[in-house]
Amino acid sequence: MTAVAELMDYAEVVERFDPVLGLEVHVELNTNTKMFCGCPTAFGAEPNTQVCPTCLGLPGSLPVVNRKAVESAIRIGLALNCEIAEWCRFARKNYFYPDMPKNFQTSQYDEPIAFNGHLDVVLDDGEVFRVGIERAHMEEDTGKSLHVGGSGGRIHGAEHSLLDYNRAGVPLIEIVTKPVEGAGERAPEVARAYVTALRDLLRALDVSDVRMDQGSLRCDANVSLKPKGTAEFGTRTETKNVNSLRSVERAVRYEMCRQAAVLTGGGSVVQETRHFDESTGSTAAGRRKETSEDYRYFPEPDLVPLAPSREWVKELSATLPELPWERRKRAQEEWGLSDAELRDLVNAGALELVAETVEAGASPDEARGWWVSYLAQQANARGVEIADLPITPKQVARVIALVAEGALTNKLARQVVDGVLAGEGEPDEVVAARGLRVVSDDSALLAAVDEALAAQPDVAEKIRGGKVQAAGAIVGAVMKATRGQADAKRVRELVIERCS
Amino acid sequence: MPNISRDEVAHLARLARLAVTEDELDVFAGQLDQILQAVAKVGEVAAEDIPPTSHAVPLTNVFRDDQVRPGLTRDQALAGAPAAEEGRFRVPRILGEEQ
Repeated sequence: MTAVAELMDYAEVVERFDPVLGLEVHVELNTNTKMFCGCPTAFGAEPNTQVCPTCLGLPGSLPVVNRKAVESAIRIGLALNCEIAEWCRFARKNYFYPDMPKNFQTSQYDEPIAFNGHLDVVLDDGEVFRVGIERAHMEEDTGKSLHVGGSGGRIHGAEHSLLDYNRAGVPLIEIVTKPVEGAGERAPEVARAYVTALRDLLRALDVSDVRMDQGSLRCDANVSLKPKGTAEFGTRTETKNVNSLRSVERAVRYEMCRQAAVLTGGGSVVQETRHFDESTGSTAAGRRKETSEDYRYFPEPDLVPLAPSREWVKELSATLPELPWERRKRAQEEWGLSDAELRDLVNAGALELVAETVEAGASPDEARGWWVSYLAQQANARGVEIADLPITPKQVARVIALVAEGALTNKLARQVVDGVLAGEGEPDEVVAARGLRVVSDDSALLAAVDEALAAQPDVAEKIRGGKVQAAGAIVGAVMKATRGQADAKRVRELVIERCS
Repeated sequence: MPNISRDEVAHLARLARLAVTEDELDVFAGQLDQILQAVAKVGEVAAEDIPPTSHAVPLTNVFRDDQVRPGLTRDQALAGAPAAEEGRFRVPRILGEEQ
């Protein structure tokens, strides 16, 4: 059993310590084939059906570098404001673990393809925090292990393990930050915002699926603390198994509280790998880190060096798409948004959805209104990303058009959206099936108005006496009688007409 | 001059997952020492203007297009495995890597 760690209260942690972060993000590229062989990379294939002698490490096989993977690596480096190496090599990282059948991982060591860049990260309140990028290097993913006989698929207590090498050799880019200092109490937020910004960037570059839930984007969070006012970094831990943006924030915060309690209790932080537990939000000790020398890196003799020509780098630079921060700036200008409105839009993850809704004919304000409020609430309630809601921008645009035509009130429109979300079909089908059209037939409305006036003679008298504001009670009764399907403005006009 | 200690040999043996006896530690320490001394001679000959060499062939940028090529079937892949189960390679339990 693992003892429950003592935690210091967060407010006290940030009062006494300065956190230092180092974030390592692994991103699986979306190339058709693996890094060093022509095996496919599709997710979810039957075990060991996407393998060949090279990625199985069979004798006599030789690796050859995937050009597209190198191009993606260079484009990522450029987008992260990095310098691109004029010359670099792959290296062997030697270790014994059955997830790599070669007994080494082909990686880059002291000669990364991209280095010394930065990424500007926008925090929730709009503040910009610059995160330095140490390096982005190329390597290959490992196979997947299945541990049999232990509890919950863990290695501990397992009788044996089963290996699927479909993922072994899939191109991986590891992006490493410089030490992130000075974030103070916002360190957990900076960590989440950084991974979010990186994900958005990689998505815009179209180099990866960036699915944290499927492991195509993975984050390891290094955390250390130093007492306020001191300069020397403390001992760090590296937390793995952080599988969502929210977990990045929680894991950093947990480690800060745990380490602070260890340090103030007179103990010392052990340099180790820790595993994040999604269900408890805590981290547990894993293996002690081997030192870098223990991996006995040496230049990979089976691969020749890379020397990306400056012309090639320039060509790739020209293929960079509009990057997320440029995209945001353009949207802000085109749609005339305030900084706060833009921030809400971005935080809701709805910028592209709004853009597509506008493209489908809606006004920017209407489109933004729907996505940032009602639809964001629905996504929240369902616990899904807003982009994963079962409604398309085109359908939202259609609902907005129906309101503009006067066929729906805002209240009815929400019911139509609910119907689409519930899988009842296109907006027009939901309108028809649920009978949600605005009652625009004046004679039907007049009958309801007369009925309401007759039911509340005292109110009717007041209106006749000139107290127009009393009409609200009658309008309310009519709206109720028509189950909200009347246009309240028209009803009001009819009430006043009737009483004059 | 290189001088490999018994502790260093023991450490290397552990990294390589080799079981080495106490007597062998002395033997290998001596042998590795000789090898390192031989390699060090190269360093004496190489002048400042000679860059370290990692590859015998002066080539760079050898690439392959991102096109799927046929690999092995699962049966072929597993054919040489000492043990297989559920279409996967079966390996003994993994010790000392995680608690």
